[in-house]
Amino acid sequence: MDLTLKVWRQKNRNEKGKMETYQVNDISTDSSFLEMLDILNNDLLEEGQEPIAFDHDCREGICGMCSLYINGKAHGPDSRITTCQLHMRKFKDGETIYVEPWRAKAFPIIKDLVVDRSAFDRIQQAGGYISVNTSGNTQDANLTPIPKDDADKSFDAATCIGCAACVATCKNSSAMLFVSAKVSQLSLLPQGRVEAKERVLNMVKQMDKEGFGNCSNTGACEVECPKGISLENIAILNREFLKGSITNN
Amino acid sequence: MKKITFALNYRKPKLDYNPTDQIEICIRFSHLDKKTNAHKIKNISCGVKCMLKDWNNDWHKNPERLPVLKTDPDYSKKNKKLFDIRKKILINQFKKSDDLEKNIRSSKLDPKIPKGPMNQKWTNHKNSINLVNPANKRNIDVIVVGTGLAGGSASASLAELGYNVKAFCYQDSPRRAHSIAAQGGINAAKNYQNDGDSIYRLFYDTVKGGDYRSREANVYRLAEVSGNIIDQCVAQGVPFAREYGGLLDNRSFGGVLVSRTFYAKGQTGQQLLLGAYSAMNRQIAKGKIQMYNRHEMLDLVVIDGKARGIIARNLETGEIQKHSAHAVVIASGGYGNVFYLSTNAMGSNVTASWKIHKKGAFFANPCFTQIHPTCIPRSGDHQSKLTLMSESLRNDGRIWVPKNIDDVEKIRSGKLKPTEIKEQDRDYYLERRYPAFGNLVPRDVASRAAKERIDAGFGVNNTGEAVYLDYSTAIKRYGKEKALLLGIKDPSENEIVKLGEEIVETKYGNLFQMYEKIVDENPYKTPMMIYPAVHYTMGGVWVDYNLMTTIPGCYCIGEANFSDHGANRLGASALMQGLADGYFVLPYTIGEYLSNEIRTGPISVESVEFDESKSLVEKKLQNILEVQGKKPADYFHIKLGKIMWEYVGMSRNEKGLKTAIKEIKKLRDLFWQEIFVPGNMYSMNKELEKAARVLDFLELGELFAIDALDRNESCGGHYREESVEKDGPQKGEAKRDDVNYSYVSAWEYNGDPSKAVLHKEKLEFTEVELKQRSYK
Repeated sequence: MDLTLKVWRQKNRNEKGKMETYQVNDISTDSSFLEMLDILNNDLLEEGQEPIAFDHDCREGICGMCSLYINGKAHGPDSRITTCQLHMRKFKDGETIYVEPWRAKAFPIIKDLVVDRSAFDRIQQAGGYISVNTSGNTQDANLTPIPKDDADKSFDAATCIGCAACVATCKNSSAMLFVSAKVSQLSLLPQGRVEAKERVLNMVKQMDKEGFGNCSNTGACEVECPKGISLENIAILNREFLKGSITNN
Repeated sequence: MKKITFALNYRKPKLDYNPTDQIEICIRFSHLDKKTNAHKIKNISCGVKCMLKDWNNDWHKNPERLPVLKTDPDYSKKNKKLFDIRKKILINQFKKSDDLEKNIRSSKLDPKIPKGPMNQKWTNHKNSINLVNPANKRNIDVIVVGTGLAGGSASASLAELGYNVKAFCYQDSPRRAHSIAAQGGINAAKNYQNDGDSIYRLFYDTVKGGDYRSREANVYRLAEVSGNIIDQCVAQGVPFAREYGGLLDNRSFGGVLVSRTFYAKGQTGQQLLLGAYSAMNRQIAKGKIQMYNRHEMLDLVVIDGKARGIIARNLETGEIQKHSAHAVVIASGGYGNVFYLSTNAMGSNVTASWKIHKKGAFFANPCFTQIHPTCIPRSGDHQSKLTLMSESLRNDGRIWVPKNIDDVEKIRSGKLKPTEIKEQDRDYYLERRYPAFGNLVPRDVASRAAKERIDAGFGVNNTGEAVYLDYSTAIKRYGKEKALLLGIKDPSENEIVKLGEEIVETKYGNLFQMYEKIVDENPYKTPMMIYPAVHYTMGGVWVDYNLMTTIPGCYCIGEANFSDHGANRLGASALMQGLADGYFVLPYTIGEYLSNEIRTGPISVESVEFDESKSLVEKKLQNILEVQGKKPADYFHIKLGKIMWEYVGMSRNEKGLKTAIKEIKKLRDLFWQEIFVPGNMYSMNKELEKAARVLDFLELGELFAIDALDRNESCGGHYREESVEKDGPQKGEAKRDDVNYSYVSAWEYNGDPSKAVLHKEKLEFTEVELKQRSYK
């Protein structure tokens, strides 16, 4: 198939960027979206031009590195997948495709389609853990039974890949789904309850500090999340936050 | 030879000189006089002079390490000459004396296995390791390169102990390391299922599964700490799968007879990595780990024979940085991407391992590579990577190709559907060849069997490189069971299929969905197409029992080292080894070395060695940029991958390997004429990163083939066509040669991959009896 691409190009953090138009021809419908960009990049290189910079790594939908806003949708038109799992058969021959980076105040653009998501790391550093040192003498793994339902829910929240599609999709650039996934995962487990209060207060504080917007319950994040992280987690986050804010230590 | 230092060659009493007198500098070292058997001091003049006032006799105590001080206008030239000569002497001494060489060879390859019975080695060793007191730990820096399961867990544990850790990863966050993609599970000898599992059994399975090419003592230790890993991860909040009683669930994997695999659906690697990442985050917040995201290590700095730091490039700004430490830990993963197409991430590379190899770390068993039998096949030339379908699918799926070649033709041209081929016209070749294990033979055997059918022309997709993995039998079996349970009498075919599909979905739903998204076919209705793909590298940097490489102070952990999996890795053992190394082995063993470093003090980066390494790195990148040829890095990577797959892939022979060595050399020469990288090195330049990594693969590829050529036996993932069983019940199967090849090949770099020197570590087996693996 032959396609026209409109791609955001930006030299570095400081310079202004703009959309550029490219033509790609003879693309197999079986190739993935990123493989199509590989082909375009190698074409550009053969012409002596700078290829388009974009983040990607595992190319199987789990590392969370790829992050493209395609035709106005985070990770493109298909559902429950990341950009690297998107295949060209989802597009029509002759179509014009718009490719943009994640857009959010908290994610400055580094180059072309590459953004800086270190704000996510800083939120995790603020409390996204259980304070246990490495030790060969923690209690036996089976000493505390955990109801299967809780363990499964905790797992579902823990499958977040930190790609930030939720932020890119949200009209407020809110990181609530991302933060709630970690808060839920840990607060649903008995070993995570001990620090539940500090965790939620610190993570939310850091989230606000990074410049993410507030949640206005439109639910777009859940729709675009490649892992289907549930909105229910935001409810859990709100409950934990409220509980943490109004209770004493 | 003890120490090589510099001295002024005074011809008269020192006090008779004026500060501005020019005096000759000589190199001084002690050597063993064979006649008297005593150490003698020898001075060699090196044709460099300097004024007395510019001389620094205590140069080695000064962080900058400048014998000729900056007050001399030519100080940098003179110092460079001094260090060059010193290096030459070291190398020449090493080459000239046979005795010395033998000495060094054997001493360098000392695996340092502790004495005593196998089940007490680790405990005794831990008790005898020197400790570093907490106050001193605060003054010791450790660099960790890579943040996967091994690097992430090591960084966190070392920081918890009190060391100052600097961690590096090339991705935008430590959470992206490719350990995250591991699907199936993690083994541990917990025996929660009461099915007779034990530390010994896990140890035994791993040694046998590795086709007797791993080091017994390391594997035993791995089995010993495996249970701690599960305890630790649960304490961290890793949500493993549980049963209704609230206790942990297990499943079974290939090559073993017990259920010891802990899992979190098809995302076990992700959950374990996020656990290590959260432990890291806690230490980053405390300032005990300094995290360098989007940084790539490009060289190791060795000072006086010890690893003292690294040169890294900031991938966003392009800045080349010097980082010092008292020890350097390499945890940069495997090198499967030397094949271009593999299940590794796009950025997975050999660069860190290769750079330390060039600085003196031996590279062990590079040819031991695991080819995983069940991956989604290539769909065309645009393909950039391959996706794994978990080994667990072989529990219920049946693998086949058509019996008649006419049917193959019809399928390829679309005239026939696989579901239309009758049962008697299908060749379930694994069940036919290996009736005892059937579809559950180990990975290496299953991959070779697929290749045999495909080479014979029975491949079923348009590239001719696929076999079927069929779930129809399983769907019917599950459907019938379910119908019975539900009390449905005489269920129709449709009812059975519907019920069966529901069961299969609960078991393998996410894998089936993944397949459907990539191939655009419904695997419930038509058999999946699969093909073997490069997955894991058992070979890697040689390490001793303490996980230290042949460079003092440089450690290597996780997939990047060679020690635990021999010639073939069992399923669910990679996660176990990564976390064992990082959480429970390295943090102890590194103390042995660091306890001697408490008096060293901070290490300055302002030294000749750091400057030299930095300028070499810059020069190398500049050289790549200056070629300005016509071909992108991918061109060379794809070509290399084709050579590797064709001649050094699933089946290898002498002629092919020699061809590969020649072709790779040619390709490397072509790289230096034809590579095109735009832009410069002082900004984000993804093409430059790629080209530099491909260049290292082009060197490793050659050593890989040389190693495969040296090992004229078939063992595990390494199959030499010259070494097969000629007759008997095992006719045509791989033949291991314990008499001649029961050793670890450890290659020493010597200027070029083709000149690598082979050192052998003999493998002794005291606990496990060596047997032929039979799956018939």
